[in-house]
Amino acid sequence: MKAGSTEIRNYTMNFGPQHPAAHGVLRLVMEMDGETIVRADPHVGLLHRGTEKLAESKPFNQSIGYMDRLDYVSMMCNEHAYVKAIETLLGIEAPERAQYIRTMFDEITRILNHLMWIGSNALDLGAMAVFLYAFREREELMDVYEAVSGARMHATYYRPGGVYRDLPDRMPQYRESPWHKGQDLKRINSWREGSMLDFLDAFTADFPSKVDEYEELLTSNRIWKQRTVGIGVISPELAQQWGMTGVMLRGSGVEWDLRKKQPYAKYAEMDFDIPVGVGGDCYDRYLCRVEEMRQSNRIIRQCVAWLRANPGPVMLKNFKVAPPSRVDMKEDMEALIHHFKLFTEGYCVPAGETYAAVEAPKGEFGCYLVSDGANKPFRVHLRAPGFAHLSSMDTIVRGHMLADVVAMIGTYDLVFGEVDR
Amino acid sequence: MSDTHPTSLAERLAARFGDTLDISTVRQETTAELAASDLLAVATALRDEPAFRFTELVDLCGIDYLGYGQTEWDTQTISSTGFSRGVEGQAMGRFDWAGRPREADQPRRFASVVHLLSIEGNCRLRLRVFCDDDSLPVVPSLTSVWPGVNWFEREAFDLYGILFDGHPDLRRILTDYGFVGHPFRKDFPLIGNVEVRYDPEQKRVIYEPVSIEPRVLVPRTIRDDADLMQARAEAADHWREN
Repeated sequence: MKAGSTEIRNYTMNFGPQHPAAHGVLRLVMEMDGETIVRADPHVGLLHRGTEKLAESKPFNQSIGYMDRLDYVSMMCNEHAYVKAIETLLGIEAPERAQYIRTMFDEITRILNHLMWIGSNALDLGAMAVFLYAFREREELMDVYEAVSGARMHATYYRPGGVYRDLPDRMPQYRESPWHKGQDLKRINSWREGSMLDFLDAFTADFPSKVDEYEELLTSNRIWKQRTVGIGVISPELAQQWGMTGVMLRGSGVEWDLRKKQPYAKYAEMDFDIPVGVGGDCYDRYLCRVEEMRQSNRIIRQCVAWLRANPGPVMLKNFKVAPPSRVDMKEDMEALIHHFKLFTEGYCVPAGETYAAVEAPKGEFGCYLVSDGANKPFRVHLRAPGFAHLSSMDTIVRGHMLADVVAMIGTYDLVFGEVDR
Repeated sequence: MSDTHPTSLAERLAARFGDTLDISTVRQETTAELAASDLLAVATALRDEPAFRFTELVDLCGIDYLGYGQTEWDTQTISSTGFSRGVEGQAMGRFDWAGRPREADQPRRFASVVHLLSIEGNCRLRLRVFCDDDSLPVVPSLTSVWPGVNWFEREAFDLYGILFDGHPDLRRILTDYGFVGHPFRKDFPLIGNVEVRYDPEQKRVIYEPVSIEPRVLVPRTIRDDADLMQARAEAADHWREN
């Protein structure tokens, strides 16, 4: 460079993989012109565990737990896609009650996911309080997960042929501790005196007012709007070209939701609305997700009412996929054999291929399953919405400012468990 | 899934493309198999023509058909001493790199499978393209038709070594920087080739050959009762009270 001249050159900046706004392990290499992005090259795969290959080496049922670990904030939705693919190839259908339970838990999962999203996205953009509020409600729903499956996150609750067990008839209560005591303890336990459905009734009656609280903090917040309105605008054509689904597509005004268009489980019987954006920017997608929480709340209430009125089996009486009860196992030779075969060898799935998709909170989560008739899948491919969304990063953030990249990563709702698989 | 057209998707495809596509519909899922040389023309037509309008490419993945339909444990034939109890074969997880299966008994190993979605027509279509040469699997890239396929093709290249002709940036995507091999191929060992640890003496992360042994807990087996008819009969016999 000559002395006295003011030549400005682009420089390359590395973002992540260890950065709190990277939502896990995203490494982003950006070419910058001052504060403006010229090119963004996301490096993914730092969390690649080879889930698909592992699933090919195990009997079908043993991989359900891996599905929880893909998108680890919408666990049961991932299980749903995998289980649905197996059920299609087996030609079986879960009992009606199990389908309602799945619908209910898919929506509980959607709220869990969106709470995580609203908290962390607000935190990325400088609003700390929302995170604390969102995790308050997340905790209640985590308790529901724990009550039904024994695990707060990695539930392994859905099984081919139904769900692992029926809803518990009592909710565990909190004991006195330095963190929960006095009036506070009484208040949280007052919801937990009856069954799980009673708890969900109380929760869903209260939840819309909680959503109002988040909206109070953000929707008309000047700083929030400055950070999101007009940022990351995606046209409907662009969204389709880049294989976007879920809120990323609906935020751009395309009314496409698998729960309405290609209904599975019991969504055809549910009364709910699909929020659609107008401008396709980060703010519209924020509004869509907030409204989706309210709609999920509606669906949960409908499921709770049905489940209360209709007891019944939650698992098929099909010994090839469902284990016999412990009592039968002790008395019945056949039951013992079935139990042994199921837990050692598993079941064989007829040869064929299928693609099962569910409307996961982040978009279309699909499972392409190829079986050659064996007790292990021949090929499992998991179509993660975040993978398709993130690939459009370069196209969308070009010309944006560096700080907007953080808004964009937030609005993609990325979880690297599913992007990297 | 409700299709909004009067004729079925398979009929429309057959009418438009004739022998170019090998169409089958199983469980309301339509699959079309085609030659790699026809892929780009067919894909463009599927995206643009009003009868199809597959504006979204939802998914693309590679498949390695090596060992399709092979079992490790024969449960079909019986000899005078009863059923076989031995496990034979080299299915996934049983070999390391040195002992990987080498003879290719599969005529065409690699395929690229595409899932398309038409938002207008509310229908899906699966396309399958086999690669002609197993030692150098090549299919045309779809990035010019659906730009969103970019990363999916990078993934199929990374994991299966399928080359996408015309792809603008065919780099590895999921595996480590400097990774060797294509890990999802059926002849790539499940245990991998290298492991990583921090070496306190050299004060850096080092790569070493894997120290774990290949191990499989459940043999791979194919049984005829997979249609579950038998299961239903047994359920009727033994749990009459239900």
